Amino acid sequence: MSEKHLSSQFDSDLTSICSKLMEMGGLIEIQIQNAIQALAQFSVPLAEEVMNAEDQVDAMEVAIDHALTSIIARRQPAARDLRLLLAISKITTNLERVGDETDKIARRVKSIVEGGDARKMPIGDLRLASQMAVTLIRRALDAFARLDLDTAVSILKEDDLIDQEFKGFTRKLITYMMEDPRTIGDSLNLLFLAKAVERIGDHAKNIAEFIIYIVKGTDVRHSSLTHIESVVH
Amino acid sequence: MSMSQRNILPVDMAEPDTVREQDAVRDEAADASPVKLSVQNLNFYYGKYRALKNISLDIPANRVTAFIGPSGCGKSTLLRTFNRMFELYPEQRAEGRILLDGEDLLASGQDVALIRARVGMVFQKPTPFPMSIFDNIAFGVKLFETLSRIDMEERVEWALKKAALWDEVKDKLQQSGASLSGGQQQRLCIARGIAIRPEILLLDEPCSALDPISTARIEELIAEFKADYTVIIVTHNMQQAARVSDYTAYMYLGDLIEFGETEQMFFKPGRQETEDYITGRFG
Repeated sequence: MSEKHLSSQFDSDLTSICSKLMEMGGLIEIQIQNAIQALAQFSVPLAEEVMNAEDQVDAMEVAIDHALTSIIARRQPAARDLRLLLAISKITTNLERVGDETDKIARRVKSIVEGGDARKMPIGDLRLASQMAVTLIRRALDAFARLDLDTAVSILKEDDLIDQEFKGFTRKLITYMMEDPRTIGDSLNLLFLAKAVERIGDHAKNIAEFIIYIVKGTDVRHSSLTHIESVVH
Repeated sequence: MSMSQRNILPVDMAEPDTVREQDAVRDEAADASPVKLSVQNLNFYYGKYRALKNISLDIPANRVTAFIGPSGCGKSTLLRTFNRMFELYPEQRAEGRILLDGEDLLASGQDVALIRARVGMVFQKPTPFPMSIFDNIAFGVKLFETLSRIDMEERVEWALKKAALWDEVKDKLQQSGASLSGGQQQRLCIARGIAIRPEILLLDEPCSALDPISTARIEELIAEFKADYTVIIVTHNMQQAARVSDYTAYMYLGDLIEFGETEQMFFKPGRQETEDYITGRFG
């Protein structure tokens, strides 16, 4: 947002809500990193730490929604201000869901570790996909801070890679389960975990779509990549 | 081609454009409306000062069109050309064409009184005539029509009902118009304006002297008037333009900067100047 409003209070309200959103995003990034770490190290304490931090994310969601309501009620924002605030509301919801998925990952890690025999399972593939997901979330937040359309479009493309990873991983788990039915329990835990990672990628994609909405005023949800690229360029 | 030379059309009349793909999905039949008032290359002068610069736009029939812009941008001046109100002042003149159903209002042979019967106007401050409520309305009608007493009573009642004032004044029609509250006086002026059954209703800041409840009543009337009239409103209150109008025109320093569907203008205006004004970044 380049030029300033006549009302400097309005400017500082908008700056403050954007910083709150970035703060929430930062917290969530740490949570995903911790969850990945917990998986890599088979660490129950780290998984529990992630589970305990969920309340903090929820509280930030509520605080941002409250600030949004207040700005809308007081300022009757229009045009790009209106689009920015609507997008922040949606991005907050997406970040909160990322928090939920991270919580799911932590719970599955705990359950896998406590189950005992998971070290034989193909966890390496999952770590790669998780790393991709956390990178996408970080880049989506950076793109939001800079209203960077090129990064937003590249996130949409990369989410497809995570989806492909998920499909490949599912196939692999099926072979494990067919070869040795005793791995079914762990395989299911890993499947749910992989699904959570895949969902995090989807949320990053949603955030990227809202960045395009803020800048271009076009709702590109549910449209093809070709259409989105034509809107952006 | 410079901005001021281009004939600006509301979005749904203009050439389709990729950014507005979504709009194409809308029911076009509901929006298609013939042009009621076509302004073509209009220039306006206060003595030597050029207050309107080559304005061209088409105002659709049975729609509400709002003009917004900072003080001095020419929006009230433009409104006053639509019924040749400016001719009351000798040093003011308009050049160009204003076609009402294809007929040039600025042409020399036009009967100004007849134009004002077709194009009614309500001003910023309520201006009841110093006479009874009944006569306030009957006065204008008598200039153009000869009605029997019963027909005139019917017309006055019709106009007051249309202006949502009837229930409040039906028992005191012989009282002075000045005895009403500000909001009631403004509705009386609106009743007076529509009593002569104009085709176009010009509203120049009709709510700026009114409280929020009276304002809401008048905005409600504007929405109802669309069915019968083409309404053109000048307002300083951007939220009011957003609430009541179908099309919005943004003017600045005598230029028409942008004209389009209100929803588009307040959500994603095409021009940076419009966006800055609408979001309060205008300095």
